[in-house]
Amino acid sequence: MVKPRHHDMGGSKAGAIEIVEHNYEMWEKRVDAIIKALSSENPPLLSTDELRRGIEELGPGIYDDLNYYERWITSATNILLEKGCFTVKELGETMSVIQKRWLKNGRKLK
Amino acid sequence: MNKAKYVKGDKIKISSLFPPGHVRTPFFIRGKNGIIDYFWGTYPNPEELAYGREGVPGHPLYKVKFKQFDLWENYEGSPQDSLSIDIYENWLEPIK
Amino acid sequence: MTVHNHIHPHQQDIEDTPFTEKMLLAQAVEELIIKKGLTSPEKLREQIEFLDSREPAIGARLVAQSWLDPVFKQELLDSVNQAAHKIGIDTGEVPIQAVENTDKIHNVIVCTLCSCYPRMLIGLPPDWYKSREYRSRTVREPREVLKEFGTRISDEIEICVHDSTADLRYIVLPLRPKGTRSWNIDRLAKLVTRDSMIGVSQASIQ
Repeated sequence: MVKPRHHDMGGSKAGAIEIVEHNYEMWEKRVDAIIKALSSENPPLLSTDELRRGIEELGPGIYDDLNYYERWITSATNILLEKGCFTVKELGETMSVIQKRWLKNGRKLK
Repeated sequence: MNKAKYVKGDKIKISSLFPPGHVRTPFFIRGKNGIIDYFWGTYPNPEELAYGREGVPGHPLYKVKFKQFDLWENYEGSPQDSLSIDIYENWLEPIK
Repeated sequence: MTVHNHIHPHQQDIEDTPFTEKMLLAQAVEELIIKKGLTSPEKLREQIEFLDSREPAIGARLVAQSWLDPVFKQELLDSVNQAAHKIGIDTGEVPIQAVENTDKIHNVIVCTLCSCYPRMLIGLPPDWYKSREYRSRTVREPREVLKEFGTRISDEIEICVHDSTADLRYIVLPLRPKGTRSWNIDRLAKLVTRDSMIGVSQASIQ
């Protein structure tokens, strides 16, 4: 029996709506800015359609484990890697340098 | 540029296809009958854009209206309740 | 390989909150795309400032004006982007469609596939709008969903749910509350809540 894909959730069973909201964190706004900036380049470096497709491809487990902006940055990263905007190694090294810097500044890893 | 096949008032059916891949036609309307409410114009195909392609020539895009009682078993609400959704022509089939 | 340590994004590395792997990833991507010349700190800052400038008051003003001016209301219904542009509001390139609540129809918007939202007019969406529960249930049982927001629509009134699946965004023009005949635009705009422009609430004097 055919089932909808995980993100295609219109009409599926779900519980009460938790009517909450949070003030957007700085990192979330920066993810948004990254996406908007890259989509606005001429020619665009990525499109909303690609990003959506990338999120849909994350699969059920990850989709639910990640929050909204975590999904978007994950999808954007995968697409930028596919397009060769930076390499996997460059990404790993940059992440490592930043992590060291943050830990040195006293930030804790969650 | 694709010429629009449908006009306001046309009765249509959403295709009963269930591919994986990027689709902007939600599962819950597949195979259902609706009515054309408005023609928005022709836009690049999101199913192509999603894979980094240009999506042209585009597809005509329509506002399609459904009666909720046609969509859901045991719908709880008024008989006039409706659902309105923007669907590309490649997902529409004519019905008499 | 050197990483440029002195980028000046909108807010510098002064956060001291605990960080997650994805926050780390976001920072790395930002630094890399700047380093590669794909964007600049200025462009990113502009985007954030633009984002911060979008808030429900913008949409509320358009609604209030439509209540006062039937010609403007029709212009808004024809094209929000053009009507807003005429009065100096930039709504971006994505077309926004206004749907009007009347004594016969109540509209509510949702994006079941991903959470599209008329951000250019009312700012960023609340968490509940992006939740599994809202995205799943609003198309299936809108009246029950509205009740959870304290909104009861009589059975004589059609509820129309708009699922924004394409690159059109929607905004609801709520009904003007009774008892506001002499009110000016500022006073009226205060009645137009963000939730009433999504359609889960109505504008009211209370």
